[in-house]
Order: sequence, then C-alpha cells, then structure tokens
Amino acid sequence: MSLQRKVKNSQARKRTSQGSNSYQTRLSAWKVTEDLSDSKSISKHGQNNPVEDYEHADDQAEGALQIALTYFEKGPIKTSQSKDKTLEKHLKTVENVAWKNGLAPEGIDILLNVALSGKFGSAVNTRIFKCMIPATLISEDSVITAVSWLCVGKCSGSTKVLFYRWLVAMFDFIDHKEQINLLYGFFFASLQDDALCPYVCHLLYLLTKKENVKPFRVRKLLDLQAKMGMQPHLQALLSLYKFFVPTLISVSLPMRKKIYFKNSENLWKTALLAVRQRNQRLPPEPLKLMLANVHPIKRKWNSHSVIPVLNSGNYSKESGKKGMSLSDYFSSNGSFPLEQLKSFPQLLQNIHCLELPSQMGAVLNNSLLLHYINCVRDESVLLRLYHWLSQTLQEECIWYKVNNYEHGKEFTNFLDTILKAECFLQEGFYSCEAFLYKSLPLWDGLCCRSQFLQLVSWIPFSSFSEVKPLLFDHLSRLFFTSTIYFKCSVLQCLKELLQNWLLWLSMDIHVKSVNSPLETTLGGSMNSVSKLIHYVGWLSTTAMRLENNSTFLLHFILDFYEKVCDIYINYNLPLVVLFPPGVFYPALLSLDSSILNQLCYIMDRYRKNLTAAKKNELVQKTKSEFSFSSKTYQEFNHYLTATVGCLWTSKPFQKGLYIDPKVLEKASVAEYKNSLNLVHHPALLGYAVFFLLQEWPKERKVNMSSIRGKKWNWYLDYLFSEGLQGLKLFIRSSIHRSSVP
Amino acid sequence: MDSYDVPESTPRQCASSRLKDYFIGATPLQKRLESVRKQTSFIPTPPRRKIPQCSQLQEDVDPQKFAFLLHKQWTLYSLTPLYKFSYTNFKEYSKLLNAFIAAEKQKGLAVEVGDDFNIKVIFSTLLGMKGTQRDPEAFLVQILSKSQLPSEHREGKVLWTGWFCCIFGDSLLETVSEDFTCLPLFLANGAETNTAIIGTWFQKTFDCYFRPLAINAFNLSWMAAMWTACKMDHYMATTEFLWSVPCSPQTLDISYAIHPEDAKALWDSVHKTPGEVTQEEVDLFMDCLYSHFHRHFKIHLSATRLVRVSTSVASAHTDGKIKILCHKYLIGVLAYLTELAVFQIE
Repeated sequence: MSLQRKVKNSQARKRTSQGSNSYQTRLSAWKVTEDLSDSKSISKHGQNNPVEDYEHADDQAEGALQIALTYFEKGPIKTSQSKDKTLEKHLKTVENVAWKNGLAPEGIDILLNVALSGKFGSAVNTRIFKCMIPATLISEDSVITAVSWLCVGKCSGSTKVLFYRWLVAMFDFIDHKEQINLLYGFFFASLQDDALCPYVCHLLYLLTKKENVKPFRVRKLLDLQAKMGMQPHLQALLSLYKFFVPTLISVSLPMRKKIYFKNSENLWKTALLAVRQRNQRLPPEPLKLMLANVHPIKRKWNSHSVIPVLNSGNYSKESGKKGMSLSDYFSSNGSFPLEQLKSFPQLLQNIHCLELPSQMGAVLNNSLLLHYINCVRDESVLLRLYHWLSQTLQEECIWYKVNNYEHGKEFTNFLDTILKAECFLQEGFYSCEAFLYKSLPLWDGLCCRSQFLQLVSWIPFSSFSEVKPLLFDHLSRLFFTSTIYFKCSVLQCLKELLQNWLLWLSMDIHVKSVNSPLETTLGGSMNSVSKLIHYVGWLSTTAMRLENNSTFLLHFILDFYEKVCDIYINYNLPLVVLFPPGVFYPALLSLDSSILNQLCYIMDRYRKNLTAAKKNELVQKTKSEFSFSSKTYQEFNHYLTATVGCLWTSKPFQKGLYIDPKVLEKASVAEYKNSLNLVHHPALLGYAVFFLLQEWPKERKVNMSSIRGKKWNWYLDYLFSEGLQGLKLFIRSSIHRSSVP
Repeated sequence: MDSYDVPESTPRQCASSRLKDYFIGATPLQKRLESVRKQTSFIPTPPRRKIPQCSQLQEDVDPQKFAFLLHKQWTLYSLTPLYKFSYTNFKEYSKLLNAFIAAEKQKGLAVEVGDDFNIKVIFSTLLGMKGTQRDPEAFLVQILSKSQLPSEHREGKVLWTGWFCCIFGDSLLETVSEDFTCLPLFLANGAETNTAIIGTWFQKTFDCYFRPLAINAFNLSWMAAMWTACKMDHYMATTEFLWSVPCSPQTLDISYAIHPEDAKALWDSVHKTPGEVTQEEVDLFMDCLYSHFHRHFKIHLSATRLVRVSTSVASAHTDGKIKILCHKYLIGVLAYLTELAVFQIE
C-alpha cells in the first residue's frame, strides 16, 4: 500500500504541476485539475475504506506486484532455467492485480516500456497489453515514451496494432492530450500501414482538432480513399475534417446509422466499465457527438433531424471576406470554435469571440448557447433564430397541413425541446407567439394539447387587448366547447401565463426604473395584467355554470386566484383584482371542505394584500396614481361579510342578497340562517359529527347545536388539526374572538 | 353565455400610448412580430391590387434578356432572408456548392473542394430583375453537365436551374437588418432531388429556410382576374380553369376553357376602377363564371376546389407550380408571387 501511495502522490504532484503549467495555454485546464482532485479523493477513499482483514492481503499483493514489476523492468535473467515459470508467476500477479484494482500510472508506464521494447515474445506482450488497465488515470508521458518505442522498430506489427487498440480504448483515461496531439503528424503518417490504418484512423478521430486539418492531409486521405475505396473508418475521419473545415472538403454520410470503427475496446470492455465506475466522472468526450447525430428517419430536404446539428459558421463568415485564400483559414484564429465549448466558464471567457453556429436553430439543443442567446444584443442572431423557428414550426405542425399526421411524434418532441429551452431561459420566443397566432384558429384542442398550452403560457408579456383577438378569442371558443378536463388544462396554463407575466414585470420594474418613464409603462402593464385576470374570471364564471359547479373545476379556478390575490405582496406590483361573484359564491357554498379551505386562504391573502396597499398609501401621503379604487375595498368587504356570516355569525347574506321566503320554504330550509356556520355548513357538517362522536362517544344522540361556548373552541382546534389551515388563517385574522356564539 | 366585457380596471391609470410605443419598439424583431400581428388580425390580402402594367423593368434592361425564364415550369418556394450572403463571392459559392453536390451524389465518398467534377455550378445575377431600387438584385444558379468532349459543346446541358428574386418586397425589407439579403421568392426547375441538395446547402450556408409555396384557391382566383385584366397584343393560349371534385376512388377534374377574348370581355363588364383590381371584382368575375357553368351543366363549381388557372400571361397550379408565358408581365406576376412568399414567411 505504501508504494502505491508514494507513486500516487508523486504522480499527483507531477500532474498538478502540469496542470498549472498548461493553465496558461489551455483554458480548460481548470477542468483537468478538478478531475485530479476527484481522482485523488477517490483513491484516498479507496484506501481508507477496506475492512481491516483485507488490508493485510492487499499489502501482500502489493508487494508481489512490486516484485513482478521490477522483474519486468529489469528483464529476465537469461541463465535462469526456471525462466518460464518465473515469468508465468509474475504475469499472473500483474494480471490479478490489474483486473481487480487496475494499475497505478507508474505501473502502466513500466509495462508499456516492457511490452514495446521487444524484451519478450509477442504472446507475452499480448498478455501484458490485455492487463494494462489503469486504476484511475494514465500519464501522458507514458504514452509519449511508448510512441517513441514504435519508432525504434523493435516490436512486431501485431503488437503495434494492439498498442493502437489499447490507446484508443484508454483514450479517455489519459490525463493530458496536448503532447500527444503534437505527435499528430507521426500518427497520420502511420495511416500508410494497411494493418494499422483502421486503428490509427480511430485514434486520429479522437485526437483531431481544427488546427490539425490541413490541405495536404486532406489530399492524403483522399488518396487513401481512392486506393482503398469507401472504408468506414476513413469516412468517419474525413467527415470530421469536413466538420472542421468545410471549405476544404465535402462528404455526405449515409443516413443509415452504421459502425464507423471496429470496436477497439472489446478486449477491455468489462475492465473499462469498472474504471469508469471508479472514476465516476470523466472529462467530456469532444467529438463522439457528431456521428451520434445521424438519425435513421428519412426526411425531405435530407436534413437529419428537425433541429440542425451544431456546426460553426465557417462558410458564410469566412467567405464573406473578400479575397480569402485557403491559408487564411488557418492563420486567422481569433475566434473560439463551438466544438470546444464545453463549460460555462469557457463561455464567459470567450463570449466576445464565439464562433456562432452556421444554423442558429442548433442552439435549442445546447444550453450553453442558450445562455448566450439570452444575453446577446445582436439582433441578427435573434432574427436568424426567429426565422428558422417560425418556419420550422409551421412546416412541422401536424394540423397545418393535411396528411402530415405521421410525423406527430416528431412534432411533439420538437415542441418539447422548444419548451425546455423556454423554461431554461424563463422567456418565450417571439416565433412561438407568431406560430400560435397562425395555428390556434386551426387547432382541434387535442393534438399535442399539453405542449401547445404550455406554449401559450410562455407568450411574452404584451398588451392584452392586442393579443386577445389573435389568441384568447380562439382559445375561449375551444374552452367552452370542450370537456371539463380541457377547461382545467386551459385554466392551469393561464395561471402559468399570469405567473410568467408577473415575474417578468416584477423583474422589469427593477431594471427599467433607472432611466425610463416608469409610471406610464407600468400603468399600461398593470392594465394588461388586470385584463388577463378579468378574462379568466369571465371564463371561470361561465365554465362553472356549464359544468354544474363542478368541484374539480373549482379547484383549478381557485388555484388561479391563489396567484391573483398575492400580486401586491409577492410581486410588488400595484394590482389587486378580486374574483367575480360567479366564483366566490359557489366556492363559499361548496360541499367540499377543501374548496372552502382554499377560499378562506385566498380571502386571508386578499386581506393582507389590501391592508399592505392601504398602509403604503398612508405612508406615501402623496396620492399615488396606483391607489386602488374604493370599489375594490367595498367589494372585498362585502365578500368578507358574507364569509364571516356563513362561517361564524350565522347571519349570512344580510345585505345585497334577497331570497324569497317562499322559495326557502319549498326547499324546507326556512331556518337557513342557522344552517350556515362552522358547524352546519354543508362542507363542515361531517367534521362536526366526527368531532362529537370522537369527544363524546357515549352520547346516544348527536346534538349539533351543543357545539357552543367552550365546545366551539375545541371544535375549532379540531378543525385546524384536520388540516384546514386556510380556515385557521382566515379566522385568526378576520374574526375577533371576543364574540363566541 | 355572458357577454365579455372588462369591468373598470382596478388601477385608475389607463393604457397609455407609451405602452404601444414600447411594444412596437424599434428593433427588427419587434417589427416582425408587429407585422405578423397585423397580418393575422386583418384579412390576409389587401382588398385591392394594381393590374400588372406593361413591363415594369428598369428602362435600360432588355426584357428579352429574361426570355429563358419563360415557358418553363417553375416550382415555387418561399425563402427566409439569407444571412451574410454576398454578391461578390459567387465564385467561392459555386466551388463549394459544386463539391457539396458531388459529395451528396456519391454518398460517403469524400471530395475535395475545387476538384474537377462532371458537373458545373454557375452563380450569376439577373441584373435589373427588381420592382424598386430597394429590392436586392435577383440571382440565378445553374447546374450544367460537363460534356465528355470539351471541344464539341463548351457549355453542357442545363440539368437544373433555380433563381432567387424579390419584386416589391418592401414590407419584408423593413424588418431585417443589413446582415440579411431578402430574396423571399425562389423558383426551381429540374429534378427535385437536386432542388433538395441545393436547398440544403443554402440552408446550411446562409441560415435560411425554404418552404414549398402552395397557392390556395383564393389566390388563384386573384391571379385569374389580374391576368385576364392584362392587355395583350395577341393571345397565345386559351384561358382555362381546372376544378377538382374530391370523390372516390378517383378525384374528378372539371376543366373549363374560355376564349381569352371572351374572358377579357367578361372582365371588362365587371371591372370598374381603372388600373386596379378589387376583391368585389374578383368575386364577381368568378361568380359569373360559376353561374354560366351552372346554367349549362347544373353543377355548382363554387362547391369544388379551384386547382389551376392558365391564361396567356401565365399559368399557376395550386401545388405551387407556375409557368410564365408573357415577358411583358413577368415583373407583375413575380410581384404577386413575392407578396405570397412574404406572407408565408411572416
């Protein structure tokens, strides 16, 4: 164990120093050091964890491994007769440790040298390669040394093949790749060797950066292609070249997904899995993405998928300059290629010189670029996205054109991607709004319902009266003619729309207040929001009647008003809009206790908001232009009286509501006044009965009217303990407990 | 059902005109949205249009120069503005497009840009093909096959032609910034596979979007009226309408041919405002044709779908195919098509 620790420490030190060196040249170095600390902590963890019993055995194995490695390093003693036996024993030792725990970087370094120096026969070399499994990482230096052995020419062709396969398989575990990349030319020259070619191609595929793509290499590859025909490994490398420098080369891969590289990893498959698990997190692989983007679906205009592949805008930008020669493509390197953009800090450091994708639509699949879109001031970027998105939406929309239903699943996925982006940005796209204008009148209310309604909820804040004829009039038509479930989904989506608008406005006020005539804009904005709320109030009132005061529907309506009642306090916006009577009375007289509870909660919040507004008004003295009309207060007081009357004082509807006594007689509730309080309210009657049965189980007759005085207070506590928190808040704030009936 | 009326809003402040300014803001994107709102809320087409005038080309342009565009069937597409497109880079573009086509044709085989292929791509401008000075210059892309014997025919056979134009595209031009080139109308003649390859290249290179431009029956009747209204020295073809009756197992087509002079006479009888065509006139013109047909065959054509209109000026199919016959009215026809294309990309 001590040896391993020593090796690891020295290795770690070396790596850290490398990390800090390269920090100046590579911006992604922070990532590497981070990985290092990870791997260190993992290995330490591994050392501390094992149960005591195993430690001894481990130490033994460690010692044996050390001896074995020294044996390989020194080389076999030629005169020894038991050479084969010793060799076998040491090989076994190494294999056992390697397959179990992997080898430390230093161990791999030794074994690489042994395998490639030709000390042993190729059978032994093969076995060595097969067990060269890293515990965590492989040092770049070992690879460099190994490559230098290839030049000496001491190893056989099959060993070389094995080396390249090993290198490809272990590529992810090499701690740095800068030095290896400097050997690009050497690897490239190895393409000549027919046996090595597929594996070298694979290695180059992993290694290639934009600056490695040069005209003479392109030509060389094309010569190879001419010689060997259409080889998948060449195709892959060539298409990567095209990906980096499309002005040099053109290639189009077949739509069908196929395997471009013979699986080099086969030999180490299970071992790699174990290492990955040990390392847990790996530096992201840069370029495997590209081929993974090939989808099997055949589409018109042969694009592989709806959303374009992320690709730097090479053509247009560079050929936009006059008189560019091929060499110019390489010398001008001021911009940061998208392919290398992997992390947020990178984005921050290069935001001024980012190469934008050639097709802006590609940003939808890339959250880093969405960040960029979010803060960019360049209108042309947004216009490109706008045009692409609005056209694609219309082209893909399945109810836009007849016979387009076969792509339904695809369209749903596309909408989901857009919604994910909107959610990420917390902002709607203008193109989606334009799309809604055009497609809502044709929508059947069924297709992609959830996605479509979510799009509605992301409509950017705008003047309600302007948007109403384009959108909400069509929506209400669908609303009234559809099922209760549709109605509920629409209410839900309008609630989210309101929330998005409020958030946007409350943010905007703080941004804008510095330099713009705030009041005028804010007044208009508040007007727009209040119109939206009134619109929903109108929808709700009518829907309640159409659906026979359905409790289910009422829940969704009250959810909406839970947002509405808190605008003043939660969003700091000067607006209080009450619910219409068509919502309030059905909720107050509902048979469902949770509705009543929700209503009480909302009433309480309204009270708090209005009180806060009044207080502010008094403080400010000067008559603000957002003072609420006395009508709002009157209306609220009216609702409050009714609620208290129905729940507490048993004197409901004293004012403003007249019911013909004959009607009441017919309904045999002539004594209706006493029928409405906390005990007799239809939503709470059940609680009252349970309360009596629980507290006085011996009583033979349940006497409701007995709940008074002290019992009334106990009953209240019982109600609160049953989870009627809204009721509790309401009673605490709105009823002075001096008068217990 | 309750009538929808908004009660007095709670804040006393009413919507100010500032708000509107704020929303109609000056950025191109907001202008775009504003124009979409207008488009959607009002009748999509203005109720009156000019009758195409005798050649509206610039005076110094010989209309015969564009003769090769006539008498060919073009498939119509709408095209969003091209980003970073430059008229000075045609050579570069043809090299790149050439390689792209070659690579697409032999899937999987890489080709070098600038290599010699058996096809040739030519980009060229169509100088003078514009409605106003502000319209960007139209341009043409041709794919030629290279003949095996270079001495015999210098220029090989034309395999595919496509051209991009913008005639009176003011409404679109206003809403984009200078990085973009607006050529909303694209017309292609040749194999559709070629159109797809070339379109894909344009989409990838200039971040634009092609959409097939279909012409609905409403716009076809407008075309019928406007083109009948055109003064002709001599008529080259009969005026013909094609209606489609959706019935199984096969759709039934009704063709209705009229002598062009009779059609013109009918038009003159319904036409009132000189130089202009109005929606009422278009409706009246079509109604006359319907009632005439009904009198003879007892079939209500208004219940079927108009799918094709052919006149001596041009013929158009609902699939988005057009053939222009008369060079005098080339610009006039293209102006209307540009309008439809702009409408589609809004």
